[in-house]
Amino acid sequence: MSNYVPHTEEDIKSMLKAIGVKSTIELYSDVPKKLLLKELNIPKGITQQEVLEFMQKLADENTVYKAVLRGAGSYRHFIPSVVKNLSSRAEFVTAYTPYQAEMSQGILQVIFEYQTMICNLTGLEVSNASVYNGASAAAEGILMCRERNKSKAIILGNIRPDTRATITTYTEDLGLEIIDIAFDEDLQGLKEALDDQVACVYVEQPGYYGQIIDAKKVGDVVKESGAKYIMGCNPISLAILKSPGECGADIAVGDAQPLGLPLGFGGPYLGFMACTEKMMRKIPGRIVGETVDAEGKKAYVLTLQAREQHIRRERALSNICSNQALCALTATIYLSAVGKQGLIDVANECVNLSHYFKNELSKVQGVEFVEGEFFHEFVTITPGKADIILSELNKVNILGGLKLDRDRILWCVTETVSKECLDLVVDLIRGLV
Amino acid sequence: MKTIFEKSKVGSIGTEIKKQNVPKYELPEWHKREILDIPEVSEVEVVRHYTNLSRRAFGVDNGFYPLGSCTMKYNPKVNEEVAQMRGFTDIHPLQNEENAQGALKVIYLLSEYLCEITGMDDITLQPAAGAHGEYTGLKLISEYHKSRGDLKRNKIIVPDSAHGTNPASATLAGFEVINVKSDEEHGVDLEELKKVVGDDTAALMLTNPTTLGLFEKNIVKIAEIVHGAGGKLYYDGANLNAIMGVVRPGDMGFDVIHLNLHKTFSTPHGGGGPGSGPVGCKKEFACFLPGPKVEKYGEEYFLVNLPESMGKVGSFYGNFLVYLKALAYILTLGKEGIPYSAQCAVLNANYLKTKLQKKYDTEKKRHCMHEFVVSIKKIKEETGVSAMDIAKGMIDGGIHPPTMYFPLIVDEALMFEPTETETKETLDAAIELLNELYAKAYSDPETLKTAPHNAVIRRPDEVLAARKPVLRYVKPVE
Repeated sequence: MSNYVPHTEEDIKSMLKAIGVKSTIELYSDVPKKLLLKELNIPKGITQQEVLEFMQKLADENTVYKAVLRGAGSYRHFIPSVVKNLSSRAEFVTAYTPYQAEMSQGILQVIFEYQTMICNLTGLEVSNASVYNGASAAAEGILMCRERNKSKAIILGNIRPDTRATITTYTEDLGLEIIDIAFDEDLQGLKEALDDQVACVYVEQPGYYGQIIDAKKVGDVVKESGAKYIMGCNPISLAILKSPGECGADIAVGDAQPLGLPLGFGGPYLGFMACTEKMMRKIPGRIVGETVDAEGKKAYVLTLQAREQHIRRERALSNICSNQALCALTATIYLSAVGKQGLIDVANECVNLSHYFKNELSKVQGVEFVEGEFFHEFVTITPGKADIILSELNKVNILGGLKLDRDRILWCVTETVSKECLDLVVDLIRGLV
Repeated sequence: MKTIFEKSKVGSIGTEIKKQNVPKYELPEWHKREILDIPEVSEVEVVRHYTNLSRRAFGVDNGFYPLGSCTMKYNPKVNEEVAQMRGFTDIHPLQNEENAQGALKVIYLLSEYLCEITGMDDITLQPAAGAHGEYTGLKLISEYHKSRGDLKRNKIIVPDSAHGTNPASATLAGFEVINVKSDEEHGVDLEELKKVVGDDTAALMLTNPTTLGLFEKNIVKIAEIVHGAGGKLYYDGANLNAIMGVVRPGDMGFDVIHLNLHKTFSTPHGGGGPGSGPVGCKKEFACFLPGPKVEKYGEEYFLVNLPESMGKVGSFYGNFLVYLKALAYILTLGKEGIPYSAQCAVLNANYLKTKLQKKYDTEKKRHCMHEFVVSIKKIKEETGVSAMDIAKGMIDGGIHPPTMYFPLIVDEALMFEPTETETKETLDAAIELLNELYAKAYSDPETLKTAPHNAVIRRPDEVLAARKPVLRYVKPVE
């Protein structure tokens, strides 16, 4: 029997004696006898060596691709060794939420630095300590905009399906109607939908299909209506694209997985949220603030807790308690490690490589595109050929783009894909269409 | 310590990014941002900065961490190694099912084991934390009532001893919250409960053992009362560590539950997440679970969307890498190790309680489960030393303080949860320290009121932090 109880038989005997009982099960005297379980129907415990062997076998049943050209909300980027090394330090990994500031200055300062990084990336004044993932960040962002007398929220353009579905879940029982408006260059659809019932407009930049739009123009229209403006962003793209702050956003949200977190079959990821100072008391989740200690020295604490569930209970702004602190720490270390220039380089490599790929594909007869400016994702149209393209790529250990339907594929190129690999993919597609 | 921003120097390069020989693509000018303020620091400085910050943090690996209701047990290293296997970390959530069979099997196996341990029929692993699980579970209950046309069930009953997340989750799920008082033994007051249940009751949320660390003796009667009124019983799994493998929520009458893999199943808390809050349910709720679900046909695993599903609560399939750690833990402990660990958690808590109750006020008539609550009320009246002061004194003694001022129904509460992975020697040392602090409260209260004295900071000014919020580093104007 394997377990992590450190007691010897002698220890247990002496502790039972001190308590004044004969066996540990006697301590369960408040449990109705008939409820006590006879036996758990799961396998017997095994040694750590056997656990590693078993889990390695399962890991080997998954395909790790030599190249990943699929994004759609989950992005393979290069992760510097320092990020993995520092973020696995046990003092960070095995701590709880920093309730005791005097013992947790290290974690509190990292979160403070994380908040600063998110503010600087988004061009907004306030960030929380993170939420679960990009989808829940978007839903919480919309909930932040709830106002009496305003019953609608608009989603402009194509957004990630998981995010869209999560927004529905979070809003449907709270009397908020979600209206999807297609994007058009003149923003005619948006202008018509904006009335005094609209609490906020949510737009993703880049959008689900990779497209980038003039988000400032959207911001100007939204502002004029009196509604709040929320932008969902990819943090890597923020290295070079206009920040949400510059576009007039009140709130910026997104998934910071691209900042040093592995694909990990979808999680844990990192929901980030930032807002204007005006909305500071509406943002959900933990927030770290700087203060001084009894001797006047700089100190960090969890702050603005009057918003939170442990104080406000049923009147809290949100129910969030645990968030994604270790993922926030990882993203902070990633940003520090690659630094300002590194982040710009990653973004530019994504742009250059994906546009090179698209340009090469455009020379292939039979490949069409959904046109428009994009960051590092775009959609090809190859009538009836999506399946064959992807399965042929799979055979050479390349994860192709995401199949949207039998004709369309959503591709993503990051700095982890080599030019040679892109050339190979183009050649392969040329032979298929 | 300075922030990383203060260590930034224009032109410093950290880890360099590979550049490839492809033409530069220029985005239109109107897309481009003007300023980007990300630090510029060399790699070795980054390493020293975060290494030194880690030395200003305290985890289970550093020492005793009896934080009540948080189950700060040892986080096995083998679990971490499993979660770092490239076959798990480097797979895309949208890669084809046939190329992710191992990952799907992980979800399937963990789901099966958790159903067995909790006595539930089905489960989703997707919620990312306990509160997220509560929300998901309450939405399940909401969908269930709605599907039966039972539309007036809009109230959730919550005991006054409940975790703050319970009422907050109920509100977020669109319910009205009814608080119910505890009885003299800090359990649910049956008479009060009878008064508030009715045809508008959606569910009662309950933690068992309760936040007082006591097993709810009347659980069978409570289930009868709530079910009799057509309501459902929701189990907050924060305290499952006391009873895993010994008694199951499903057998007590609970309909929907959430677990905290980061408490009961040894996955680390990471300084505040990522956690994982699976939601289990009885079969009549299963069709409403969030999608997609993993199902097995023959020897193959598939992702399946349920037509009546409540929808999604987040991206992809939840915190997958956390599942690996919980699965490794369950495989290691197995059918005997799980109840043995629970019993030792209860043993450790009772040992600590027995030794402390000579000086500190706590429940004396009943055995506690995995945790217990001490009240500093009398000490405070006699010496002025509060629960907070005792807690801060513990910091000077190298022990992480217990949960303070919770549950709300006990004055000057300190809630201790030692967990099963602490040695008798560790508990004895804590007892000695707490006895010293007790003596000090009477002999030298001022020293305690200004504790800690040996930590990297003294007590922080929380009022100032909230009144004049400084929530990010801003460069001083030159």
